[in-house]
Amino acid sequence: MIKAKPKPLEEIIDHVKDFNKLLIAGCDGCVTVCEAGGLKEAKILAAALRLYFTQGGKQAQVDDTSLTRQCEKEYLAQLSDRIDNYDAVVSLACGCGIQYLAEMYDKKIVLPGVDTCFLGVNEERGLYSERCQACGRCILAETGGICPIARCSKRMLNGPCGGSAGGKCEVSKDIPCGWELIYNRLKTLGQLDRFERPCEPKDWTTSRDGGPRTIIREDLRI
Amino acid sequence: MRLQYPPNVRIIEVPCSGKVDIIHLLMAFEHGADGVIVVGCMEGDCHYMAGNLYAKKRVQRVKEILDRVGLGGERVGMYNLSSGMGGRFAEIVREMTSKIMELGPSPIRIATGTAARAAGEVAA
Amino acid sequence: MSMETPSKLQKMISAGHFAVTSEVGPPRSADGVVIEQKANLIKDYVDAINVTDNQTSVCRLCSLAACIRIKQMGLEPVLQMVTRDRNRIAIQSDILGAASFGINNILCLTGDHQHFGDHASCANVFDLDSTQLAMTVRMMRDEGKLLGGYEFEVRPQMYIGAAANPFAAPNVALRVSRLAKKVAAGVQFVQTQCIYNMETFKTFMKMAVDRGLHEKVAILAGITPMKNVGMAKYMQKRVPGIDVPDEIVKRMGGVPKEKQPEEGINLAVEQIEELKEVEGIRGFHIMAIEWEAKVPEIVQRIGLYPRPQLAG
Repeated sequence: MIKAKPKPLEEIIDHVKDFNKLLIAGCDGCVTVCEAGGLKEAKILAAALRLYFTQGGKQAQVDDTSLTRQCEKEYLAQLSDRIDNYDAVVSLACGCGIQYLAEMYDKKIVLPGVDTCFLGVNEERGLYSERCQACGRCILAETGGICPIARCSKRMLNGPCGGSAGGKCEVSKDIPCGWELIYNRLKTLGQLDRFERPCEPKDWTTSRDGGPRTIIREDLRI
Repeated sequence: MRLQYPPNVRIIEVPCSGKVDIIHLLMAFEHGADGVIVVGCMEGDCHYMAGNLYAKKRVQRVKEILDRVGLGGERVGMYNLSSGMGGRFAEIVREMTSKIMELGPSPIRIATGTAARAAGEVAA
Repeated sequence: MSMETPSKLQKMISAGHFAVTSEVGPPRSADGVVIEQKANLIKDYVDAINVTDNQTSVCRLCSLAACIRIKQMGLEPVLQMVTRDRNRIAIQSDILGAASFGINNILCLTGDHQHFGDHASCANVFDLDSTQLAMTVRMMRDEGKLLGGYEFEVRPQMYIGAAANPFAAPNVALRVSRLAKKVAAGVQFVQTQCIYNMETFKTFMKMAVDRGLHEKVAILAGITPMKNVGMAKYMQKRVPGIDVPDEIVKRMGGVPKEKQPEEGINLAVEQIEELKEVEGIRGFHIMAIEWEAKVPEIVQRIGLYPRPQLAG
């Protein structure tokens, strides 16, 4: 899922301090799972902003809500009857949801309340780590189910590099060496022969490098 | 034990300090509390395993929020004690009360006019 | 060693002599003269001079420009090229540029991550890795073709090298496996990471020789003389991929401060003498970081000065 974290409160305050009526819009999707932007976090942010305005002597209205998802206009439409009441909306959805909300309500100031970080998994509550770079052409069959593009700091396809030490990446002790993980997995699976085959340069056109991407599924469209 | 402690404390009982969430603490300040303390069991003694540890983290987060919105994180605090420590409870309340008296009324109360002026100011 | 090139380094190795290479680190300014000075210090003692490429991600005068200068001095440069900073267009472009000046040696590297250097907030490239870079040079040299398919006449004639680090994780077996992969990709010579742990290195060499890799790739042992005990400790604790056994640190610390540089050189010379006996070693890559002045002494003491004259 998409993993995000709450933006620093000072940054949000800086963006909203001149407004009088704000809506904090959470999302029940990915940001709820990583506890960055669900209804709970929307309520907390709204309360914090109300405290901020009140102690500053300002009468401001800060409401909170949460939508099923913000990446779907059908759900964003639920705001249409009241969004005009607000000067600005702080969206706690991921970068996709924030943009879609802004696109649908293009005359409304929409501000991000979270920093969207990566595609990842939940290792524990409060510990999320990156697993996928959305390169558009999955090679997990070749690498024992571990992705070198997401998990090697240098996205090497013929790793590991010479800086790998103690199972950790040279960038940080908190990063396991992706290629050591791949090596060990290929060993477990009895596929070490894959390790010695040089891998050709990657076609990055399906990745960010090819430009903003679209999927068109003609089988789903009428 | 019928110990004396200041009457300005409103006690809200919960089955475990872990039931207290960030929004509850913020709402207390929104509704005019000058200070809020969360009192939980001794660490390691939580009947529900780690409720008091979650409470500790939440109080910490609320401290940061209060600092950033201009109320001051000293207005919230977490204390640990066992239910048999009546004397310590009274002590905690006295401690917190005196700290809050020093800090003065919450800026929320001053701004909304429900507190005349900050402590230390003398009425003209 | 497969494809023959005009590389003097390759010729020296093919003739059966121990090859000697060293390196020059470019300056962090537009000063080209310092490169000439460093090259002149070592030129009679080595067969080829590596120029590092923004090593440890610190921005320096580029390797390509320094190599051109060294070539124009009549010397033999080894172009070190990392894939961290340039995509395949720039890589192939730089290879054509280097070849146009007659540069015949390239060391294919992935490169240290940028967080080590002075521009930690930059984007990195890593369009290719070191193995793919070697494949690319081979294709340009042997087929006159670019990765995109374009075919051209005047080809680079480069002797293809890479790095090998027997001391990096997770184990020596994987490092030998990786060497095999690089050889399959076209690598003809390797320069190893600097050696202090002889036992591990010998294990690596034995495994490589058992697989016959020593007949397909020329392995040059990397040697870095210690200047003092501080350097020994630093390298032991702070530099990933370098294995400094405690005995080395003890040895360096066991002599008074003013004697430590001499002890470091003694140690390097002893290591080289020991490595001469190891099967599969075809030469030595002396990395005397900011201590180029010591290279002549080391080469003399290991009995490899003067360098053999090659026919033609």
